Amino acid sequence: MPATEEKTRTNTDADLPSREGDRVIQFREALREAMTEEMHRDKRIFLMGEEVAEYQGAYKVSQGMLDEFGPKRIIDTPISENGFAGLGIGAAMYGLRPIIEFMSWSFSLVAADQILNNAPKMLYMSGGQWGCPIVFRGNNGAGGQLGSTHSWCVEALYSNVPGLKIAIPSCPYDAKGLLKTAIRDDDPVFFLESERMLGDKAHVPEEEYLVPFGKAARLREGDACTLVSFGRPVNFCLEAADTLREEDGIEVDVLDMRTIRPLDTAAIIESLKRTNRIVVVDQSWPFASVATEVITQVCEKAFDWLDHPPIRVNADDVPTPYSKPLEQAYLPHVGKILEAVRRAVG
Amino acid sequence: MPTKVIYNAKINQIQILDENGKLDEKLARGGLKDAQVLKLYEHMSICRHYDEVAFKLQRSGRMGTYPQNMGQEAIGAVALAAIRADWMVPCYRENAALFLHGLPMEKILLHWMGDERGNQIPEGVNITPISIPIGTHMLHAAGIAWALKLRKEDAVAFTFFGDGATSEGDFHEAMNFACTLKLPCVFICQNNQWAISVPRSKQTASETFAQKGLAYGAECLQIDGNDVFAVYKAAKDARARALKDGKPTLIEAYTYRLGDHTTADDARRYRDAKELEMWRLRDPLIRTRKYLEAKDLWSDDKQKTLEAKAKEIVTKVVKNAEGIEKPTNDDIFDHTFAELPEEIIRQRDTMHTHSLGQRPEQETLRASARGV
Repeated sequence: MPATEEKTRTNTDADLPSREGDRVIQFREALREAMTEEMHRDKRIFLMGEEVAEYQGAYKVSQGMLDEFGPKRIIDTPISENGFAGLGIGAAMYGLRPIIEFMSWSFSLVAADQILNNAPKMLYMSGGQWGCPIVFRGNNGAGGQLGSTHSWCVEALYSNVPGLKIAIPSCPYDAKGLLKTAIRDDDPVFFLESERMLGDKAHVPEEEYLVPFGKAARLREGDACTLVSFGRPVNFCLEAADTLREEDGIEVDVLDMRTIRPLDTAAIIESLKRTNRIVVVDQSWPFASVATEVITQVCEKAFDWLDHPPIRVNADDVPTPYSKPLEQAYLPHVGKILEAVRRAVG
Repeated sequence: MPTKVIYNAKINQIQILDENGKLDEKLARGGLKDAQVLKLYEHMSICRHYDEVAFKLQRSGRMGTYPQNMGQEAIGAVALAAIRADWMVPCYRENAALFLHGLPMEKILLHWMGDERGNQIPEGVNITPISIPIGTHMLHAAGIAWALKLRKEDAVAFTFFGDGATSEGDFHEAMNFACTLKLPCVFICQNNQWAISVPRSKQTASETFAQKGLAYGAECLQIDGNDVFAVYKAAKDARARALKDGKPTLIEAYTYRLGDHTTADDARRYRDAKELEMWRLRDPLIRTRKYLEAKDLWSDDKQKTLEAKAKEIVTKVVKNAEGIEKPTNDDIFDHTFAELPEEIIRQRDTMHTHSLGQRPEQETLRASARGV
């Protein structure tokens, strides 16, 4: 699968190092750098999951980490997602800082009780005593002909649960900065990557930086429409923005939410008050999705600023097709985004 | 290739103090001392009274639900086999072990009264909050044992669960992890014969629960779970084995739930009264008392004094639990996250619902929603 071409991004993170530069690395390397740097900083951190050690990671995210940190901190597990999710929670309760890798978030469903019913409630149910500082990370979303059971987008399902945080980077720069923040966070963080982006390349600065949670990045600035997205489809939005400039002569705001929980609603409202139109692009199913939540909040908080009904572009409301062209047709893509924006501004 | 046996298995059953209070002197050697038996007997009796009082509190509407521990108090002996640094990772029928390991008695009442402060464990007491979803905590015990091993601490994690929990995947995954990673973890299955209304015969076709651990490479045994000597010995041996060889143990403590599953249950609807009567004779309190009486360490007078003491202690515990300042509605937002996010703060400070909380200026709505 060819890597997505990195699009120019306006840097709205005033406090962070520049996105421009020639230290170009892959998305997977950015993730690895984040984990490696944090593991050197904090001895309590370990990485556990299927194939993370000897095999160097099913997707080579943890390549070389076994040699660097040894088998006590880079741990291969049996095929037992519920098992290592629960074990990680126990270790977090006793002061370690686990990073638990799911080869795919699709496999997290068998660990639902641990990740949804235990980790995010531990602090609450113990009256504030038992924190659960743990990162669950792995590939999310359709990975390219993986079939319906292996193509889950979990963000809609999981973001309904209080007590957890969800980060979903769209580029190597954010992947590194967000993962470092996730590892330092005292609450459980679900970190959603994408197999389709692991080979994406971009400049990642040498110096240390942390991308804060709950702060969207404005990647394009315009007044015609607000395009809101997170994760992989952000890249499609950027492409659509280029086309809209060239073919329609309009400029749109592109907001990359970066974290779903917390969600930077303020940034969306601010943008909407300038554009009066909004399209939300979300790769999960439409019913009760994050797009639905964004649009609900927009209606609650800025109804009078809307000049057109909000539009959402989700995956179609069916299990992910296995066929390559059907999978493409099912997912949000540039064509669907263009159509939505043109309808909103038309 | 000729057929040959490549694996042989056996499960030992251990009973040291029988139901008539008779001790197997040989097996008892090096085990519980009389002073410890006395301590345990008194403690178990106090726990029994605690159970009865808790039941009444629930019946009189002063507590939500309560799972009685009655009949399973001998599990308390695990705490005597443990050191302070060891961890107890319980479900909800191990009160006797938890109290002996340092959990203040009002904590369990507070929990069942619906106050999360019941799960705030005092600093230095190595006990995790009681776990109600069946079986999920066994993996946490494995995780704690992993942390103990990584930190090179000479302590083990004891985790407790019922016969029903062995049918959950979590049990098998926890055993598998503990054994493959060689963790200092001891699994204690309190086989009390009933998972609410499901009898042991419907729970498994296995001869014993203990043998389920063989497949994972654990040391496995069945003990008389109403025998404090056997419980102590099994826990002590398992602890030593865990620390010396990194080998987890599965102990099946064969016991019986003399009460209902919880106060929301009525076991008379599905359990034979004769079965219950038979198990009443095997009560750990009766046989421990018989043992002490035979040794001239117990008398009716001492019993009377103990009953008065139990009453005094439990009355005070109930007073403490009920005396704590009640939580306010605002408190429901606390501890959702280590640091409250802005959105939750807004919900707390405005209307308690997401949508209505969006505009703090909605004072009228806010007042009416709170019934002002």
